[in-house]
Amino acid sequence: MTSPRLLEIEGLKVHFRTDDGMVRAVDGVSIGVDRGETVSVVGESGCGKTVTAMTVLKLIAMPPGRIVEGSILWQGGDIVPMGPDQMRSIRSKEIGFIFQEPMTSLNPVYTVGEQIAETVRQHEGLSRKAALDRAAEMLRLVQIPNPSRRVHDYPHQFSGGMRQRVMIAMALSCNPKLLIADEPTTALDVTIQAQILDLLNETKERLGMAVLLITHAMGVVAETAQRVVVMYAGKVVEEAPVEALFERPLHPYTQGLIRSIPRLDLAATEHHRLEAIPGTVPSLLHPPHGCRFAARCRHAIPECTAGEPALREIRPGHKARCIRAEEFL
Amino acid sequence: MAGSIPVSATASPAAPRKRVTPWQEAWRRFRKHRLAVVSALILVMLVLAVLVGPFVWTVPIDEIDFTARLQGPSWEHPLGTDDLGQDILARVLYGGRISLAVGFAAMAVAVIVGTFVGAVAGMAGGRLDAALMWLTDLFLSLPELPLLLLIIYLFRDALTGLVGPELGVFILIVIVIGGFRWMPVARLVRAQFFSLREKEFVEAARALGASRSRLVLRHILPNALGPVIVAATIDVAAAIIAESTLSFLGLGFPPDIPTWGRILFDAKDNLDFAPHWAIFPGLAIFLTVLSINFVGDGLRDALDPRRVK
Repeated sequence: MTSPRLLEIEGLKVHFRTDDGMVRAVDGVSIGVDRGETVSVVGESGCGKTVTAMTVLKLIAMPPGRIVEGSILWQGGDIVPMGPDQMRSIRSKEIGFIFQEPMTSLNPVYTVGEQIAETVRQHEGLSRKAALDRAAEMLRLVQIPNPSRRVHDYPHQFSGGMRQRVMIAMALSCNPKLLIADEPTTALDVTIQAQILDLLNETKERLGMAVLLITHAMGVVAETAQRVVVMYAGKVVEEAPVEALFERPLHPYTQGLIRSIPRLDLAATEHHRLEAIPGTVPSLLHPPHGCRFAARCRHAIPECTAGEPALREIRPGHKARCIRAEEFL
Repeated sequence: MAGSIPVSATASPAAPRKRVTPWQEAWRRFRKHRLAVVSALILVMLVLAVLVGPFVWTVPIDEIDFTARLQGPSWEHPLGTDDLGQDILARVLYGGRISLAVGFAAMAVAVIVGTFVGAVAGMAGGRLDAALMWLTDLFLSLPELPLLLLIIYLFRDALTGLVGPELGVFILIVIVIGGFRWMPVARLVRAQFFSLREKEFVEAARALGASRSRLVLRHILPNALGPVIVAATIDVAAAIIAESTLSFLGLGFPPDIPTWGRILFDAKDNLDFAPHWAIFPGLAIFLTVLSINFVGDGLRDALDPRRVK
């Protein structure tokens, strides 16, 4: 028996109409998430990670955005044709979402307890009192000291890391099966980042939910994910279990990303500059012909620009979109 | 006493910390604006005076006494009398009720209509927004006073026949004044909505499954309220002035309802030999409007977090 995957994004294309033309922000992306699994989507700014994540909950502005093609199967059912009412019942009850910016993601005029309680009451119809109790319980889950008193505090009385904890508490308050975290640690300083990642890992274990983690930091990926999807210019360029990816990245872009992680062990023994990938992400308005990474790739050969390379399974469970992938094995 | 101080690092200190709501914070900032606080006090006293005054100063407003015509202030008539020997203090106190009621009611009409129009325009965007803003501009470009006069002239009799002279004129004046004051509120609310609806917390609430109406009522509107409250106070002042203007032009309330504007209208022909008749209602309008404006100033400082000193 094959039960459907928790989330299965198939050939998703999301385009945005702008004055300059059609921006192909997400151009045929397929990502699957199983129950209880952490999948990480990595890539630099502007490669379509966030749009992919937001599209799952239909949070992108439509218009100008449009789902041109593909399907998003949630436990086997396609959510692309769903109307706003159905989407509302999926948001936070089935799929929770955490934003990048904890400082501004809480409404300044309500206490954090009221905000958590509001979500719970909408979806589970609890009484005011019960919802506030649940809010305190959620704050305890995300390890905020003195939860029963802190529920009555306003967002401005919390620090950035604390607010991100509150956001996590809010996203988890209805026991979603999947948590989508869009760069949850980017706005936080490094020590707090580690705490938040630990918290995410812990709560994930405890609640048995799956996590789709959007990030651009390879360090975050290594620490949390089981499977990694690397995106570049609106396309998936590599997909692999986390160990395989770090041990042997098969796409030059992934190799560049991994080389650009600062390494303390090397810095101590030898002096060299931190490597960066030259150039920037190509405009998604007029994507280059052939491999989209070719212009920045140190391994590029003339054949790279001849035609769009396919995403191929190079070794079991490890796919890459590069015609020379076998050479990196 | 607070005997058990928790040892755990995560526990709070035993002394209960004071909780500061946004409203308390606004009140703290409002108190720093001394002129606004004094104005608020004056305003409260004025409101109390017109509410309680007629019960304390029980001289009837329409007792005609030809032996005491056009008298200046005296112990018997602290603010003097008019050409029929009616006590001006009693008339000012009673008329203040009407003037203030008109002010607040017209403000309510303006704020409700303006907020509704602005919210719809700000949420909808696109063509509906353009149409509503076109309507707003249209109203802004209408010559207010001639139109007010025309509307009152056309509809006063019909409405007074329907609900009686006092209530009829009251409703008409409130609607007419409010109907010409909603445009600034609408523009304000629309602008607020445009910036607030892109805010992360609204997006976050949407991601958590809040419906559109919930987003508007719970998340956007309360955050847009500050400037609206400030605009509302200014509207009260403007409405009181507008009512006075209408009454002064003889198109407001009938003579037996002595609003402040109406008293001024009656007094204008006797200015050279009975100035007290005009001065006291004029002073009442002046004080009320001035203090409302100062309160509005104080509220602006209190409710706009960017102006924290």
